[in-house]
Formats: sequence, structure tokens, C-alpha cells
Amino acid sequence: MTATVGQQAQAAARANDVWKVYGSGEAQVIALRGVSAEFERGRFTAIMGPSGSGKSTLMHCLAGLDSVTRGTVSIGETTVTGLGDAGLTKLRRDKVGFIFQQFNLLPTLTAKENILLPLSIAGRKPDPAWYDTVIETVGLKDRLDHRPAQLSGGQQQRVACARALVSRPEVIFADEPTGNLDSRSGAEVLNFLRNSVREHGQTIVMVTHDPTAAAYADRVVFLADGEIVSELIEPTAETVLDTMKKLDTAAEVGN
Amino acid sequence: MFRATLKSLLARKVRLILSGLAVVLGVMFVSGAFVLTDTLGRSFDSVFADGFSEIDVNVAAKPKVQVNEMEGEQTVAPLPAALVDRVKQVPGAASATGVVNADGARVIGSNGKVVTSFGPPQLGENWTGESELLKLREGRAPQAEDEIVINKALATAAKVQVGQKVGVLTAFESKKRDFTLVGVFGYSGDRDSIGGVNEVFFTTPVAQRLMLGEPDVFSSITVQAAGGVSDEKLRDDVARTLGADFEVKTGEQVAADASASLKEGLSFFNKILLGFAAVALLVGTFLILNTFSIIVAQRTRELALMRAIGASGRQIIGSVVLEAIAVGLIASVLGLAAGIGVGALLAFLFGKLAGGLTLAGIGVPAAAVIGSFAVGLVITVVAALLPALRASRIPPIAAMQDVATPDRPLTKVTVAGSLVTGIGAVLLFLGLSGNAGGQTLSTILGGVLFAFIGVALLTPLISRPVVSLLGAIFSWSVPGKLGRLNSGRNPRRTAITAAALMVGIALVTGVTVILDSAKGSISALAQDTIKAELVIAGQQGGPRPPTFDPGVLDKAKALPGVRMVDGEYGDMGRIDGEGTWVAASSDIASLRQIFGAKPTAGDIDRLGPTQMLASSDTATSRGWSVGSTVNVQLTRGEARTYTISGIYESSQLTNPVTLPATAAKDFAIPQPIQGFIQLDPGTRVSDVQPQVEALLADSPEVSVADRDAFIKQQTSSLDGLLTMIQILLALAIVIAVLGIINTLALSVLERTRELGLLRAIGLRRSQTMGMITVEAVVISVFGALLGVVVGTGLGAAVVEALKDEGITDLILPWGQMGVFLGLAAIIGVVAAVLPAIRAARINVLGAIAHD
Ligand SMILES: Nc1ncnc2c1ncn2[C@@H]1O[C@H](COP(=O)(O)OP(=O)(O)O)[C@@H](O)[C@H]1O
Ligand SMILES: [Mg+2]
Repeated sequence: MTATVGQQAQAAARANDVWKVYGSGEAQVIALRGVSAEFERGRFTAIMGPSGSGKSTLMHCLAGLDSVTRGTVSIGETTVTGLGDAGLTKLRRDKVGFIFQQFNLLPTLTAKENILLPLSIAGRKPDPAWYDTVIETVGLKDRLDHRPAQLSGGQQQRVACARALVSRPEVIFADEPTGNLDSRSGAEVLNFLRNSVREHGQTIVMVTHDPTAAAYADRVVFLADGEIVSELIEPTAETVLDTMKKLDTAAEVGN
Repeated sequence: MFRATLKSLLARKVRLILSGLAVVLGVMFVSGAFVLTDTLGRSFDSVFADGFSEIDVNVAAKPKVQVNEMEGEQTVAPLPAALVDRVKQVPGAASATGVVNADGARVIGSNGKVVTSFGPPQLGENWTGESELLKLREGRAPQAEDEIVINKALATAAKVQVGQKVGVLTAFESKKRDFTLVGVFGYSGDRDSIGGVNEVFFTTPVAQRLMLGEPDVFSSITVQAAGGVSDEKLRDDVARTLGADFEVKTGEQVAADASASLKEGLSFFNKILLGFAAVALLVGTFLILNTFSIIVAQRTRELALMRAIGASGRQIIGSVVLEAIAVGLIASVLGLAAGIGVGALLAFLFGKLAGGLTLAGIGVPAAAVIGSFAVGLVITVVAALLPALRASRIPPIAAMQDVATPDRPLTKVTVAGSLVTGIGAVLLFLGLSGNAGGQTLSTILGGVLFAFIGVALLTPLISRPVVSLLGAIFSWSVPGKLGRLNSGRNPRRTAITAAALMVGIALVTGVTVILDSAKGSISALAQDTIKAELVIAGQQGGPRPPTFDPGVLDKAKALPGVRMVDGEYGDMGRIDGEGTWVAASSDIASLRQIFGAKPTAGDIDRLGPTQMLASSDTATSRGWSVGSTVNVQLTRGEARTYTISGIYESSQLTNPVTLPATAAKDFAIPQPIQGFIQLDPGTRVSDVQPQVEALLADSPEVSVADRDAFIKQQTSSLDGLLTMIQILLALAIVIAVLGIINTLALSVLERTRELGLLRAIGLRRSQTMGMITVEAVVISVFGALLGVVVGTGLGAAVVEALKDEGITDLILPWGQMGVFLGLAAIIGVVAAVLPAIRAARINVLGAIAHD
């Protein structure tokens, strides 16, 4: 059974009965079992769940990085399912931003060049006012000419956030963006993501297994065993933790 | 540890194959050279053994002037016919036959051109009947003065049939003479020729007159032993009877000696091939070094983990070296096999070109096997040593840290590079200035080697500014900019890759500079000095230069508008016991008036029959002055005493020694080789040229050209040499291209995540490929640039050193250099194809997913 969540018409990203099966026969793994979900514009959604529950898989499918076995995925007006490489590349250029857990920046480029890279690849000029705002909010003004190797992990991740933001994509996908950071740097990055949603209306979908991180979001969707099992609006670390515990016990009972 | 090595080797087989390929190619050159020379050597042996199989003992005159393979063919003076009867009297001799057998019988084909043999001699002989070896296939033996028989291969090449009139040029008559072809013969085993030799048989008196220049003489006497008498005994008996003036050998000895002189030439050829193998292997060394360095860098974590769980630094070195040994072994085996194939192929082609040399079986001499394995293993292990040392220095802690290999400073490499370059420069200076004490060639080669290694070490430092400058050309596009940054990212890697290309390009450039300068200097001198509007000469297609009828000289002189005509003769003579190139001019006045010679002593306008002129260099080195007497032995005739009557200033256009024209009859080739015609002022070249052409109708080996065309033709042999060197060095460049492919492929592998990230944020496939291509082009153009600069430097140094030898103008081949740079750009694009496709195919998800 599938729980359908999110009722708004103006979804930035949408999954419709998405199945994802890896391998075949003995080695078959069903990572997603008919997930349907909508991620509203201008909101910060977290995808929570224990390790192996299919969070990353869902995000990859939503972002068009991976193909779905069944079902459809769309970003804004664009149906992602069925696009070829050229179409997917264009989609990533124009509509999607990414923040990964690590290996996020090109070591040969300065922070500023890294931030502007998606725009230069697409052959677009940055909107100067927006660029200034982004730089202002990430707080990296005096670090723009440094190379990644000269920046701390938190600073690097903030550069990655700025890079995702600067092209104003329809939606930003972040997979465990704070997974490699200490709690203070993690908090900085999360604050920054929340602010970009609150102040600038950016849409963000973030995958995490950390309840504290999830608490920064407007809404949390819980995944277990490839299915959406629950959701929370306006979560706090405590409510997230409680839901997780409940799911754990449910899973144990279920087993 | 051994298992771990084996496993890691298998895991990285693709990367190692590419670098191994460089060794395979180098080893292939080595084994191919040995196989080729061995196969040809044994083929010569069997050809000669066959050719002399029916001779028990052979009697010939001692050569008056010994010449080696490089100087030309050995020609001996003839024997008096009366000697045949003396040999017959020797007890144990069943029969003795006088034989005429001399090079220079040139058949004119049905197309009016002389049939050339490209190497093997063109023998003119006297018919002494059929034998086991030689059988008439058609027609009959020559009986009248104007009858000949020729071998089947020659008849086929000349497209002539029995019964036809055939024109022949002979050693003593370069004017066409017509004969009737009365027979065609072949050899046992259904062969049309033996070793590509062309044979023309005349009746004995005609052969004597036309091939030996006098009646009643023979080239040699072949003796048949009576039953029960051994060849050796008969040889000794004949030798005792005839005395010390003759060379008496068994047929076997003659065959072995003839073969040995050809093999001397082969061993020289072998050395040249090995030289090119050395270049290929030097380039291969760079490549292996680079591959192992990259692999060690990529395995930093793995190696650190091994250290952390207790492996010693020694063990780490051992594991890398073991890997190198495995690669070296496999590459040697493959290289040896490929070399055998290439050697066999070249031997086959050579056999075809040399007019159907029947090849003995393909031989794989021990030298090929030992050489292949020694070279393959040593090169690989030596190249892997440095990366192995570096691997052993990886601290165990690196396993726990992120792979942030700090940019090591370039100070040490740069200091070492300057030092090695310095040593190279010193060696080059010593070698080129002639202060190397007898080791000139090895000193120069050592200097070049050190210079290359030194520059390669300096390359990382140079690469930074140059690469960023080169890359700036591409920076207008994002992929271009990224590509440029990538090529500047690892200066050592870029440097070694580029240096590998540098070696090949530098050598080609250097050789081009030297040969172009030589060509330019000689043509400039000839243009300035030779005062002859028309020149008679031909294209040399074998060991024997083309000649023409000396009668043409007088007839040309008689033409209206002709002021002076000079025919040039040459021979390798012995003066006071020392081998010296001697020349003769039909008109001695030409020395001054056509060749611009200036007297430094005595009189050079006249030359009596016992007088001789010498160049100032020769006179100085031999201690001659006007009035000195010298003993001159020519190929034929008795030694004679000449008095030096004049000395002229040495130049590129003057001969060491000039003898009177009458001496030319004793030269190995008693016919003029070149003719120079000076016209009266105001006479039009185009008026005289056709008339001279008509005079040359019966001398089809040569033609008359105006001076500029002649100079071009003379220097065109240098063009052929240059092309050959370029083809051989192309292999070194091919190996360097493999190096670029290898480096790029490894870099793509190393940057999988990065490429995935770029694709994730919107880089198109085509842009990804563009980025890799720019990186490749920047590296290869950088390498070519280095090569052009270093090669020009080396070439200029050699030209400077050869100033005294007459290479006075330094000519830089700008066009060629431009071609090399353009070629390098193309090479870069080609080398990038596979890595670029690989990069473009990278799965975005696979690349960015966490481990
Ligand atoms: N490429 C793949 N091949 C096979 N199975 C996979 C692959 N990627 C993910 N999986 C499996 O799918 C399930 C969900 O994985 P994932 O989405 O990475 O989980 P999460 O991100 O929630 O930890 C896991 O059981 C995982 O083993
Ligand atoms: Mg995950």
C-alpha cells in the first residue's frame, strides 16, 4: 500500500507510483515499491529513513540521475521519465541543483569559479544582484579566490550550496549534505538551506538520516523498505525521533 | 605479498597493456633488427655457396686496392690468359677454365632504359658452357661477336625475347652496343636469378675486351680437382706453383668471403636499426615511468593500508618491481614475437626489392632472444624503480586520511634537471668540438641522451607557464578552460607525457636542421661556384654510378656555343699505402674555370702524364708540397710514381687528389661519371641542351640537365635519407602517442567522480569530450614545442661544429616545424578519442554515489 502525501497543485517535483528494482533473480533488490509523492514549491522537504530504506534511490530517480523501473517522475512541467541523455542534461542544467555528501567541488577551480560553473557550462550570465545575495548568505565573501583544498569541509559544502542556488533551479536535491560535517558546520549549512527557502522561495529536497537535520525542514517524509510510511509537518528533532522510534518498533513487530 | 601483487596486476591490466605496448614496440625493433640481419645473412651465405658450388679452387689476382663495403665494390685487376695453362699443369687439377666476370654489364630494356638491379651486381661474363647450376632454357650459346645470352629474370625485367636485338652498356664501353639475344638461361631449382644478380654472357674475346678492357686476360681461373684430390690440397698446390702474387681459394672460401663482405654492410644496417630501437625504448621508458607513477598515486590508500597492516617499505618496493617484471616479461615475449614477424616481412620485402633473393628460412638468433628479454626487462624495471621508491615512502596514516596528495615542490627535480642538462651540454660540446679523444660518436650520443633526460626533468617547471599559455587559446569555452586547468594540474605527469613526445620530435627536427643546412650550404656553394650551364649525370640506382660514353665529351666540345667540356672520373686508389679517393678531369683547365679552384702552390692549369695535383687539406695532412713524389696504386695496372705539381685550396667541390686524364683507364670504372659543359657568353642553354641530349642517345644511363636541376638532383639523396630517418623516428612518436592516451585514460579514471559531478551539473557529453581533447592537445603541442626547440638547439650545435666541413649556413626548417606543431595538435585529438569517449560514457550516478 502507498501513502500519498502533499496535496498542492504547484508541485516542483512529483513521483507517481515509482518502482525501482535492482538486479534480477536471486540478487534482486526492490529499492522503491510504488512511491508517490509531491514536493511543493518553496518548501524544504526532508526524506528520512533508516539506512537502506531507499532515500538516495528516490532522490536519484526524482532528479533524473537514475531511471525508474515503473511509474513516472516529473520536475515542474517536465516529465523526466523517458528523457534521453541530452534531455536529462538540459534538465539538470536548467531546472535542478545538486548538493552531494562529498566530492562536491572541482579541485582545479576557485570557490567563485565553482559557484559559477553551472552557469558557465550553460553559457548563461549570473544575475548580479542574486549572485551578491547568495554570496552574502553563504558568508564566503573573503574566500572566493581560494581553491577547495584551502577550504574547510563546512566551507566547501557552503560553496556547493551556493553553486546549487545561483542558477535558481526549480528544485535543489541534497543527499546527506551534512553527513561529512561536524555538528557546527552542519548547522551552518542547514541554516543556510532553510533561509534560502524562507527568504528566497527556493525548493529543496534533502535526504538525511539525522533527525536534527530533518528538523530544519518544513516537512518530513519517512521511508522504510522502499515505501513512504509516514510524514510530519513542521517537525522538531523530538517529533522526528519519536516517529523514527515508532517505525522501528513497527518494523520489528512486522518482522 | 606476491598474491597481492598478482591480483592488483590483473585488476589493472588495461592500464598496463598500454604502457606495456611501448615496450613491445621497442623490443620489436630490437628483435626485428636481429632477425632481419640474420635471415638476410644466411640467405647471402646460401646464395654464394650456390653460386660457387661448382668451383673447387679459384685463382684471382690480389686486389691492388682494398676497399670496404662502404666505399664501393672490390674490383681486381685481370690475370693473363697464359696463366690458365700453368694452372692446368698443376698435378691434381683436372681442368682449369679462364673466367671473365665483372660488374658493369647493363642491359637496355625494350623501353630504352637501363635495367637496374638495386644492389646486386650486373655481371658481364664469358660463356664457358652449361653446368649443373646453369642451364639454357631457350635458344643456344653465344657463338658470334654480336651474340649474348642472359638470365631469365633479366630477360623478363628487360622485356626482351630470344632473337631480338638488345643494347648493352659494358664496363669499358658506356656507349650502347647492339647484340642479338640468342639464348636465355635459368638456374637449377627452376630459379630465374640467384640473389637478384643480372648476368650477361658474351663470347670470350668480346667479354675480355668489353668487361676487362684488354684481350687475353681473365678475371679469375676456376679449377676442377681430379678424383681423389681434396680442394684444400689442390688449393695449396696451385698457390705454391703460382707464387704469392695470386689469391688462391677453395670455392667454399670464395663464397664465405663474398658473403662476409655483404654481411659487413648488414651489420652496419643492424646498428642503425638498433639505434632507432634505443630511441623507441627511451620514449618507452618515460611512458612506463609515468604509468607506474600514476598507478602508485592512485593506489596510495591501498598501499598505505598494506603498510598499516605491517608490510615493510621493502615489501612495497618489491611488489611494484614485481609488477614491473611481469609487465616487462610479457612485453618482451610479445615484442620478440612481433619482431620476428616484422623481421621476416622486411626480409621478404628486401628479397623482392633485390630482384628475387631466395630467402633462407627465417632465423631467430640467440641475440634476438637475449636482446629482447634483457632490453624489455631492464627498461621496465628501471622505469618502475622511481615510482616504487615513492610508493615505499607512503606513510601508513595515508590510509586514514583523505587522498590529499600535497603538491610536492619542484625544486629537487629542477636542480637535478639543470645538472643533467648541464652534463649533456658538456658532453655535446666535447663531442662536437672533437675533444672526446676518439670517442666522438659515443660522447655525442651520450650528450644527446643526457640532454633529453635533463630537459625532461626540467619540463615540470617549464610546463606551468607554457601550458597555461597554450591553454589560454582554448579558454574561451568552459570545456576548454577546464581542459586547460586539468593539463596544468599535475605538472610531473604532463611533463613526462610531453617529454616522451619531445624525444621523437626533437630528433626529427635536429636531423632536419642538419640535413637542410647541409643541403642548403652545398647548393649555395655549387650555385656560387660551378660555372657550367649544363651537366651530364644520371641517378645512381645501385653500387655502381651511372656512366656515359667519353666520346660524347669531344663531340659536345665541338658544338657551336660550347666553350669548355669536362668529364669527371673517380676511383678509390692507394697513395703511399693509404686509401685515398682520386679523381681525373678530362680537361684540367676546368678545375679553375668550372670549379673555381684557387692555386695555393705550384701550377694547377696544366698536368703532365706523371704529375698530380692535391687539395690543400690533403697536402697538409699527408705532408706533401710541390715537388713531392708519391706512389699511386689504382684498381688496375702497376703502381706508378707521380710528382705533385700543384696544390689547390680545398673546398666542397674539389677532390683530394687529381690525376691526369690518362690515369682513368686504370680506374675501377674507366668511364666518365659526370660531365660539365660551359657555354660561351650569350649562348642560350636551350639551344645547346637538345644537341647534347642527342649525343647521349646511346648513353641511356645519363641525361643532360641545366645546372640548377643538377644541383637539386645531387642533393635529393639527402631528401631520401631524411625521409627514411623520419619514418623510423615515427615509431618513437607513435609510442609517445600511446603515452598520451595512457595518461589521459588514467586521468579520466582518476577523475571519475569529478566527471560525474560535472555531468550532474549540466556538462553535455560533447562538452566532456571537448574538455578531454583540449587537455590532450595542450599536452601534445607542448611536447612538440619542446621537441622543436630542443631539436633546433641540437641541430644548430651540430651544424656549428660542422662549419669546417663546409656546412656554413644554418637553415631552420620553419615549415617543417609548423607541420610538427600542427601534427601534434592532430595527435592530441586522436589520442583523446578513446579516453574522451570513456569520459563521456561515465555514468553520472555511479560516479557520484558514495562508496
Ligand atoms: N546500484 C544498486 N544495485 C543494487 N542494489 C542497490 C543499488 N543501489 C541501491 N541498492 C539497494 O537499494 C536499497 C536502497 O538503497 P539506498 O537508496 O541507497 O538507501 P539509503 O539511501 O536509504 O541508505 C538498498 O537495499 C541498497 O542495497
Ligand atoms: Mg543514501
